[in-house]
Amino acid sequence: MRHARTGKKLGRDSAHRKALYSNLAGQLIEHGRIKTTITKAKAVKPIAEQMITLGRRGDIHARRQAVAFLRSKDVVHKLFAEVAPRFADRPGGYSRIIKLGPRYGDAAEMVYLELVDGPLVFKTKLKPEVEETTASAAAVEDAEVEADAAEDAAVVAETEAASSEEAAGDELVADEAVVEEPGAVSAEADAEAVEAEAAADGAADKPSA
Amino acid sequence: MAVPKRKTSKSRRDKRRATHSIDAPRVNGCPQCGSPKLAHRVCPTCGTYKGREVEKLRISAP
Repeated sequence: MRHARTGKKLGRDSAHRKALYSNLAGQLIEHGRIKTTITKAKAVKPIAEQMITLGRRGDIHARRQAVAFLRSKDVVHKLFAEVAPRFADRPGGYSRIIKLGPRYGDAAEMVYLELVDGPLVFKTKLKPEVEETTASAAAVEDAEVEADAAEDAAVVAETEAASSEEAAGDELVADEAVVEEPGAVSAEADAEAVEAEAAADGAADKPSA
Repeated sequence: MAVPKRKTSKSRRDKRRATHSIDAPRVNGCPQCGSPKLAHRVCPTCGTYKGREVEKLRISAP
């Protein structure tokens, strides 16, 4: 029985409320973190997590259900291609609410509603990385400090460490790619030039013949 | 129409108002920077929560 599970009206009629949920869930999936009031965050959190569950299913029916609610193929594509695969091994609980305090003006409690593994959350590199060694050392220290904190924090630290390693790896890969690409491009260009010459020779031969 | 039979005495009025005071918000010290912050909320000064930085984004916006 689903007695007394009607939810909040949020001062809107049903169509307005549905549109609000759709927009907030879509923005959360698109950006990884949204700032809103605690009431809206609590209302949209289960809906957004249902959308991510649809993304984890990944079949065409789930995709159509997600499009029907989110009203945006772009957001649904990002959900199915990028967001949901990150949560493939997580049985629910994809988002968290972090309270920020009362808003100036109406004193509404503001929160961040964010995806728990968001790559854009926690531990900014405020300045561009100048020295690899110092940055990695700082990341290790952070990881140790946070491992002491809580289980949750430990998970975050692991993800942070992993992501920082990934970032370093990505940079290396990017450098190699930059180094390799000119060679590849020039090789292709050479091949094309050879073909073009051959074609030109052929074309030159034909009129003469 | 029902009306008060007696004027409210100063004593009775002031006793009623004795409960109308407001309290300062209960604040704790931030474990990172030590400045006062509300419990269970991000520190407004240093932007950390449970020792993690939450205000800043890790990657810059495109």
